[in-house]
Amino acid sequence: MKKIKFSEITPEKIYLNRRDFIKKLGLSTSALMIGQNFLNNAYASTNSLEPTEYRYISTYNNYYEFGTRKSDPVEKSQNFKTEPWNIKINGEVENEINISALEINNMFESEERIYRLRCVEGWSMVIPWMGFSLSKLLEKAKPNNKAKFVEFISVYDPVQMPGQKYPILQWPYREGLRIDEAMHPLTTLVTGLYGKKLPNQNGAPLRLIVPWKYGFKSAKAIVNIKLVEKMPTSSWMRSSPREYGFYSNVNPNVDHPRWSQASERVIGSGILSERIPTQMFNGYGDEVANLYSGMDLKKYF
Amino acid sequence: MIKYFKPFVFILCLWPLGIIILDIYYNNLGAEPVKKIMNHFGEWTLIFICLTLSMSPLKRITNLSFWIKFRRMLGLFVFFYATIHLLTYIGLDYRFDWEPIINDVLKKKYIFIGFSAWLLLIPLAATSSQKMIRILRHNWKNLHRLVYVIAIFGSLHYIWLSKTIFFKPLIYTAIIVVLLALRIKIKKRDVNYG
Repeated sequence: MKKIKFSEITPEKIYLNRRDFIKKLGLSTSALMIGQNFLNNAYASTNSLEPTEYRYISTYNNYYEFGTRKSDPVEKSQNFKTEPWNIKINGEVENEINISALEINNMFESEERIYRLRCVEGWSMVIPWMGFSLSKLLEKAKPNNKAKFVEFISVYDPVQMPGQKYPILQWPYREGLRIDEAMHPLTTLVTGLYGKKLPNQNGAPLRLIVPWKYGFKSAKAIVNIKLVEKMPTSSWMRSSPREYGFYSNVNPNVDHPRWSQASERVIGSGILSERIPTQMFNGYGDEVANLYSGMDLKKYF
Repeated sequence: MIKYFKPFVFILCLWPLGIIILDIYYNNLGAEPVKKIMNHFGEWTLIFICLTLSMSPLKRITNLSFWIKFRRMLGLFVFFYATIHLLTYIGLDYRFDWEPIINDVLKKKYIFIGFSAWLLLIPLAATSSQKMIRILRHNWKNLHRLVYVIAIFGSLHYIWLSKTIFFKPLIYTAIIVVLLALRIKIKKRDVNYG
């Protein structure tokens, strides 16, 4: 399946009217000389990547900093302060960066990116994010040749985040990517969704989205991006190394010890709709499979 | 009095089913309705296990035989809700697609133990009639002690499916452990009671 790429972005209001969307997509892309073949693909991908309703995206969240129930994040994050918000990019870089979320928003233009989000729990949503490739920000920091991995550290603020009062996971939340994964154009720094500012329960003010990996890889409320030489240990790896690997690529052939990963429930599709088969790399194999050529993905799960 | 009380309790026991029917009707089940239905019936199965196991300790504590009259009915509700829970998983979630289901039962320990618990419930439900009690005599009592194993399996099922250490599965486990521990005492004190 072909995905909508960042190069094929449409204006944010398209999701309000699907027909309008397809028409505009057709016009803009043909203007962009991409040809008939692409138009068919784009049409097919809009069919299968129909965005999930906003009410589900904004109320059904795994964000344990605010509690372990799906409804906790929306209920407990509304007063969370995302301003001022500073992010540090340091470690193996030539150019250490201290920057506010506001400055990032002004410096990089966000575009709409419609990606499927596959949770390790066996469900998926299609989310129209607003954001830009993380590589643009990382390039400004100029990673040196010792930068082999990127670690993402989320905010630690137990006063505002009631879930952090409990040792559910090791706080602050940590995630990591290999440098080539982090520099991949699909890896997105997210600033919004559905054309609006990112809601607190979805990881405001800045979160990551790595669409070919399970959702937990996409750290929320990031305060520090650290370029490192050694593979970082993520919070979930620390909590249960048998269940959560560093890579955590969506892979229907490798089961989680507790859940089959062969299929998924589509959020918002109703009580009588069937599970759909999970795709290798969440359907983004054309773009990312080459990052893992020669690797045993059962071993490096 | 028990005559009027029993039908009332019976209707009360149907409430968990009623809620779900209302929720389906009003489309109130949220983002993952199938999972919600499954969890709902799973949790109520555990609640009914706890209720069933509470009856003889209550009898002892209050000195009223009244409680025992509800035990069988509550036990059958355990089987009823466990069966709906299982059917939700097999029918609604997996559409009777047996391959992944069999795979799950064999590979996932929480599903294996949950399924085992349901299998163990079948002989108990099948021998719940007055006639079977007469036929099986003292074997009946031994057979129905299986409910202790079922209770432990049920709580393990809940613990093992949880992603991290969650509060609720531990609460149910604690309640079940207390209810089982109370029985050890009962047996020590009244040897005749059995």
